[in-house]
Amino acid sequence: MKIVKLKNFAKQVRKNIIYTAYKAGAKSAHIGGALSIADLVAVLYSDIIKIKKSRKVDENRDRFILSKGHACLALYSALVEKKLLKKKDLETFESDGSKLLGHPIINKIDGIEFSTGSLGMGLSLGVGVALAAKKKKKNYKVYVIIGDGECNEGSIWETILSASHFKLDNMTIIVDRNNYQQTGKNSDIMDLKNLKSKFISFGCDTFEINGHDVKKIYSILSKKNTKKKPRVIVANTIKGKGFKLFENNNNWHHSVITKSIYKEILREI
Amino acid sequence: MNAEKNIKLWSTLGMRATFGLIALELAKKNPELIITTSDVSTSAGLDRFKKQHPNQYIDVGIAEQNLIGVSAGLSSEGFKVISTTFSPFQTLRCCEQIKVNLGYMKHKVCMVGLASGLVLGNLGFTHCSIEDIGSLRSIPNIAIIAPSDPYELFKVLSEAMDYKESVYIRLTAGSNSKIINEKNYDFEIGKAVEILSGKDVAIIGCGNILSNCLDAAKILKEKNINCSVVNMHTIKPIDKEKIRNIAKNYSLVFTVEEHNIIGGLGSSVAEVLSDEGCNCKLIRIGAEDFYSSGGSYDYLKNIYGLSTEKIVEKILLNYKKNEK
Repeated sequence: MKIVKLKNFAKQVRKNIIYTAYKAGAKSAHIGGALSIADLVAVLYSDIIKIKKSRKVDENRDRFILSKGHACLALYSALVEKKLLKKKDLETFESDGSKLLGHPIINKIDGIEFSTGSLGMGLSLGVGVALAAKKKKKNYKVYVIIGDGECNEGSIWETILSASHFKLDNMTIIVDRNNYQQTGKNSDIMDLKNLKSKFISFGCDTFEINGHDVKKIYSILSKKNTKKKPRVIVANTIKGKGFKLFENNNNWHHSVITKSIYKEILREI
Repeated sequence: MNAEKNIKLWSTLGMRATFGLIALELAKKNPELIITTSDVSTSAGLDRFKKQHPNQYIDVGIAEQNLIGVSAGLSSEGFKVISTTFSPFQTLRCCEQIKVNLGYMKHKVCMVGLASGLVLGNLGFTHCSIEDIGSLRSIPNIAIIAPSDPYELFKVLSEAMDYKESVYIRLTAGSNSKIINEKNYDFEIGKAVEILSGKDVAIIGCGNILSNCLDAAKILKEKNINCSVVNMHTIKPIDKEKIRNIAKNYSLVFTVEEHNIIGGLGSSVAEVLSDEGCNCKLIRIGAEDFYSSGGSYDYLKNIYGLSTEKIVEKILLNYKKNEK
């Protein structure tokens, strides 16, 4: 039953992503990297992250940080399903003065913890927030999604060192391992080689899973962390997942969904 | 704490060690204070702080980008955060993190840049800092303050903790620094202080280089040129009213800074003069956009026209020109 619920949540997230990208028209949108994390975000917001709509920011809420901010369509879409945003907010995507731009803007009431978009920065904020939880003796958890391309940034590795050094067992870092970055394959641009072994050697409790298997994602995320280490999930994903036209096609990293394409791909959901 | 009593001791210790002592006081008053560093506890005079307040001290290692990210994360959760490391690493090394986390998102962090300016000249220009003000000044929502001496640093830190935005505090000179402020005075971020009055020429400075300005003024007085010396401790937000008044009362104005004359105090003053349509003459004294050979503090001050003698020379030359 739970799996059906997770799958439905993910389906809604994907629907919202392509709807928003379609509505954005010629402004275009980051599509591939949003779809690759759709299942991860769906599981997080469906059953893991404790957050709900309220007029005051709840100090005990779990914190989610989308360090790969360009995948914001996935975040906005999940926040709509969580009722923190309204569906019609999505139609303002990237329009003048909108609160929903092409990269997230800090807005805690709506569930957006930080402004991200410049790669390699969100994870570091996460370490600060996780350290703060320890100091305040609060039980909230910190979840950060980073991209594999984002792992080119040296600041990611500075931060992983510190998350491990400070034994931040209240922190989960998910790497969206979709094997692509803006202009091509990771392996052609900057080969990341074995990411899992890197995180293990940095001292993290590391898992490698299929990032579209909601059952598997849930089973790890729902497990208590007893290791006194930050948890890292290397999630093997497919860029553009869910739509044949987009899958593993890097032309859809940032592109325009026309009316005819929208009609065509809608059938796949 | 009777800060006034410590003026002599602190100037002997210099700004860095004084910072460590003041931090102990700040921790007493601010239980939510956290000091973050990049492996510089000793250089920042924080060894005692680290021992006495281990829960309020976080060392992220030699990783300044992470230093700012972690500091901003802590700040977003309600902590009062002071981050510190040597000036080049506290500013340029993590400049974009400062832009996004402190400028764009407005998370409040008080950054203390150690040994800015030319004092570490023996170590080469990797460790000098003549670009920090210029770089940070273009980022919105960050105040920039260069205290003139350790006593003023005490006043700056006390105010910076509760200031409305992030603050960059630029420490200059080493131990045995010169006393600029001999007794208590009113300090307010953004309000310049006239530390010497004189009717002929106005000198605007910031940081401990003001001691050379005061010495220069003394020599010039013997030559019958009376200088006003203004401590423009806050470079941003700059005291426009003070600059307007200076422009009204003096036809010849000098700025003196341990910084590139592009982007620093001199530029800030020039911008105000230009915006306000003032027509006094402004001469900017400081590093004229080049890296010199390295050497002692005095050696570099001399090269950059910041030694007392060079300041006197420059003022005399321009004063005579101005008289014609």
